[in-house]
Formats: sequence, C-alpha cells, structure tokens
Amino acid sequence: MSSVDVRQLAVRMGGTPVIEGLDLSVHEGEFLVLLGPSGCGKSTLLHSIAGLIDVDAGSVHIGGRDVTQEDPKDRAIGMVFQSYALYPTMSVERNMSFGLRVAGTPKAEVARRVARAAKMLQLEPLLARKPAQLSGGQRQRVAIGRALVREAEVFLFDEPLSNLDAKLRAELRRELKALHQELGATMIYVTHDQVEAMTLATRVAVMRGGRIQQVGPPAEVYAKPANTFVAGFLGAPTMNFVEGLLVARAGLPAAPAVLGVRPEHVRVHAHGSDFPSAQVALVEPLGATDIVWLDMQGQRLAASMPANGAWVPGTIVGVEMDLSRACVFDSKSGERIEADAAAFRHCTATA
Amino acid sequence: MSAVFGHANEPPTAARTRPAGRRLPRPARIGLYAFLLTAAAFFLLPLYVMVVTSVKPMEEIRAGNLFAWPVHVTLAPWVQAWLSACTGLQCEGIRGGFWNSVAIVVPSTVASIALGALNGYALSFWRPRHGEALFLCLLAGAFIPYQVMIFPLVRALSMLGLFGTLPGIVLIHTLFGMPVMTLLFRNYYAAVPRELFMAARIDGGGFWRIFVQLMLPMSLPIVVVALIMQVTNIWNDFVLGLVFAGRENLPMTVQLNNIINTTTGERLYDVNMAATLLTSLVPLAVYFVSGRWFVRGIAAGAVKG
Repeated sequence: MSSVDVRQLAVRMGGTPVIEGLDLSVHEGEFLVLLGPSGCGKSTLLHSIAGLIDVDAGSVHIGGRDVTQEDPKDRAIGMVFQSYALYPTMSVERNMSFGLRVAGTPKAEVARRVARAAKMLQLEPLLARKPAQLSGGQRQRVAIGRALVREAEVFLFDEPLSNLDAKLRAELRRELKALHQELGATMIYVTHDQVEAMTLATRVAVMRGGRIQQVGPPAEVYAKPANTFVAGFLGAPTMNFVEGLLVARAGLPAAPAVLGVRPEHVRVHAHGSDFPSAQVALVEPLGATDIVWLDMQGQRLAASMPANGAWVPGTIVGVEMDLSRACVFDSKSGERIEADAAAFRHCTATA
Repeated sequence: MSAVFGHANEPPTAARTRPAGRRLPRPARIGLYAFLLTAAAFFLLPLYVMVVTSVKPMEEIRAGNLFAWPVHVTLAPWVQAWLSACTGLQCEGIRGGFWNSVAIVVPSTVASIALGALNGYALSFWRPRHGEALFLCLLAGAFIPYQVMIFPLVRALSMLGLFGTLPGIVLIHTLFGMPVMTLLFRNYYAAVPRELFMAARIDGGGFWRIFVQLMLPMSLPIVVVALIMQVTNIWNDFVLGLVFAGRENLPMTVQLNNIINTTTGERLYDVNMAATLLTSLVPLAVYFVSGRWFVRGIAAGAVKG
C-alpha cells in the first residue's frame, strides 16, 4: 500500500504536448478511476506513473519516494493491460511467475505466491495451460494474477475490461471491486466506461485534453459536475442541457446560462397538468425504466421513467424538472455556477 | 407440400444422386489440368535431362539422345563427382567444396539471423533515437547492387587481415544479409502488441532478457523463414565466395564451376550433371523439409497471443 503523487507532470509525444502541468494525488488504499474519452491522455498518465514512457517535466512519487527516473520494475507496481499482454509461449503458471523469476525470488516463495493468486482468481485448474487455450475472461484473470504475485504496492489497470463482452465485463468488474476490498491496495484504473468508473471508484478523476477536469467521489462528481463536459460524460443517457437565462441576483446582473438536469430528475405528467408542455418524440424501453425522449419547443429532453408503457410518441405531456437537484452552468465557459436553479429561466419560457 | 414433391421428382435431383466418379469433368477443368501439366513438364524437363544424364555412361551420352532413358544405369559419375573430379589442378571431387560451403553457410546464417532479430527487436520495441533513419540507410543498402561494393570491401577486409579467410567471408555474408533480416524481424515484431513488451518491462525484464526469453521463443515462424532465405542465398552465392573466401575456402558453387570448366580431353557431361545435382541438394532439402513451416511463417501475421 502506497500513495501516488504526480506533480506538475508534462509529457510530449512527437513534439505535441499530451499532458501539461498535471497534478494528482492518490491516497493509500484508494481506488482511483481515470475517466475520459479516448485521446484525453489518461493512458499516457498511467504509463508515466508506471515508468513506461519518458516524462518531459514534473515528478512521480510512489509511497513518498521520487521514482521519476526509476525503472518500471523498481516502482513496486503491478499493471494489467487491455490486450491482456500475456506471454504467449509461457504457461499460465510461468506467466504469473515471470517477474518473480526475473527478480531471483526463491522457488518456494514463487510457488507460494502463485498458488495464492491462483486461488484468489480461481485459476488453479488452468495453471498448465498456454494463453491461447484460455477464454478472454480467463486471460484477463491471469493478467490480474500476474500483477497480484508481484505483491505490488500500487496496481495500475489500463482499460482491463474493454476487450470483454458485456456479461463478462460486469462479472469481472465485481471481482475487481471485491479484490480491492480484500487487498486494500492502491489502485489506479483507466477507463472510458462511466459505469466502471461509477461502480469501482472511491474517487474519479475526469480528464479531457490532458487536463483533469474534476476529482472526487463518484456520487459527488455525478451530482455536482464541475462543468458541462464532466456532466455530459457521466450518466446514461447524458444530462439534459437547457439554454436559458439566469435572472439578476445578489449583486450579479442577469446572464445567459445552461441548466443541467439528469434524466432521472425529469418527470413526465399527463397533459393538462400545470407543468410546461412537451411532445413525446421517442421511447426507449430498458426493462425497468423507459427513456422518454421529449421535444420541448425545439429543445430535446430525456426523461427516465418507471416502465409503464403509458407514453406514446406524438402525445403532448407535461414536464416537471426537479430544480433542487439541477445544476447551472455558465454558458460561455461551461463551468458550474453555485446558483439556485430556481433563478433560471428557460429561453422559450421567457420569450 | 406440393413444392417438396415437385422438387423430389425434378431431373437435377436425379442427376445429383448419380455416383460422382462417373461425372465428366467440365471443359474448363480439363483446360486447367492441361495447362498445369504442360507447365510442370516444362520445368521438370531440364531436371529430367540432368538426372538421366548423370546416371548414363559416356558412351550413351555420346550417342546424342538427350531424352533417352539410360540403358545401363551407373552411379559412377556421382562417385566421381564427389571424390575425384578435377577442380583445376586438384582432382579430389566436389566434396571439399561441400564442406567449405557448410563451414560458410552455418555461421553466416546463424550470425545474420541473430543480428537481424536483434536489430528488428531493438528497432520495434526500444525505439532508439535516430533508429528509423538508421533503418532507412540499411534498407537503402539493400537496393545498391553489391557488385559496386566489392572493391571497397576487398580493401577494407584486407586492411582488417580478413581477406581470403573463413571469418572474412562469414562477415561479408552476415553484412549482406543484414538489411533483409532486419526488415523481416522488424515487421514481425511490429505486429506484436506493444503492451506485451510493457508487461515484460514491469516484470523487470531488461533488453536481453525480453529478447531471449520472450521475443525469440515467439519468433519461431519467422526464424524458419529467415533460415530458408539465408541458407538458400548463401549456399547459392558464387561471386562473393569467389572473391572473398580465399583458395582454401572456396564454396561448392565455385568448385562446381571449376569442375565444369576444367576439360582434359572429353567433356564429362555425366560428371558435370552429377556435380550440379549434388550442389543443389542442400537448398532442395531445405525446401522439402521446411516448406510447411515456410508457408506458416509467411502467414505468421495471424500468430498472436
């Protein structure tokens, strides 16, 4: 168990900066998820922590020790890759023990650690197999086992579940969470999947364009996103954005603003209620819930409603938004404004 | 229902049930086979003449029937070619050249493949500064006809004291094998996921350990391809062997040329043919033994963890 500190990190690739002046602290025993679209620099950041790429400026500290110039093997890390990266010519057992054998660990100790990891990951019957004889889920388990036997202080995951099908992904996600609870080790996990981020993380760091947009517990990032990018990246379907105006308040003039409302905070009522009216455009049934897509005077809105099959495309309905849980964003910068959503006026409503 | 019945009574169904062996091949197929057989005969004919001539006594050859089947089959020309044919002033057959060629081919092949693999590995995974530029220079070297480089190389080798020695000719073959070997292995390793290399780095593997314990065992298919290319090329080489090997190490190809060009009285066509066949046995054997591997190696892009 170790903390990880990244200070003023800069990484250039082929002359173009990928990361500039990035700071990040990961606490001991934390499960930090780096979330962002592809090309946002999250993998680059992870590779910098692992020591797999040269950094141009800044430093990386693991367990309080400056490891910026150290070899990957000396950083007390274990890493799991998206493509599993198993050694194809070695058996599962030799895949897992490779690092220990390189380090010259005594045979009995190697056997003990491999046996322990194999037991934790239910790999015992597979130890003699080659990677080609394993299924995707088994391969990724072996890759996790390989990181486990290193008894690393920090585990790094680079989109480990992206190559698996949906069912396996959910299964392994649960196993990873259980593993973190059992080991209590520091884990840094890169993904572009917001469900993985929400379910696994103790804290999420949302990245864009080589910058961290917001760091915080998933619930906080979900409820109070720092800007429209973070708000749009977390949650499916994405947050509804309504263009409008923030009326003058305590010493501030009226300003254009964007109201952000999660689909689950939008309620659809039968026509004739007091709420603003909208037309049902489309319904996506998800089983337990229906995603009702609404057209509110040209503004597209999604509402997540308990499935009851009552909403038919084309009908006029009333729309209620839970303003106490909505966010207000500055319409120019996209940053969140600490303002009462009740002070927000919908464009068409004021017109 | 009626459709099913109708179908069962249709003539095509009856035709389909006829035994396959009695069906006549379609004209296109006949044409195809005719072409293939002609092509095969065209390429096999010289080989036939060589084999037949090499087992005929000279009297039959003198009769001038090139394609005639031998009346008295004799292996004497083969024995003579191997043991006592004259290569210039010595008359010890081609066996000396055979062993000289083996002595040249084995170290040259091993060295060029080992260095090519190492180059390809370093270029693909460690990406040294200016590595790509270096690689381009190396490739450019492959496009310059090597005859141009012979004289400078003779000067260079004689300065090193390696001209006309076995290490000298091995060095020459290793150098000339480098561009293609490097290209072959670089492209092979380029298809290996980089994450594999990263995983090995995290596991503590250094430059040599990753190469020897991880990459080389994965390279078997491409090593076989390289092996076939190098054994064939170096075995068949004539000019480099003639120039650089020195009198003591002349390869089999040069000796063969000497046998054929040495005439004391009658031209011994049977011995010449036998010597030629003996010389070509090694590449032939390599192809027969490893043909399966060769195809597998060519298709090795599909080989992944």
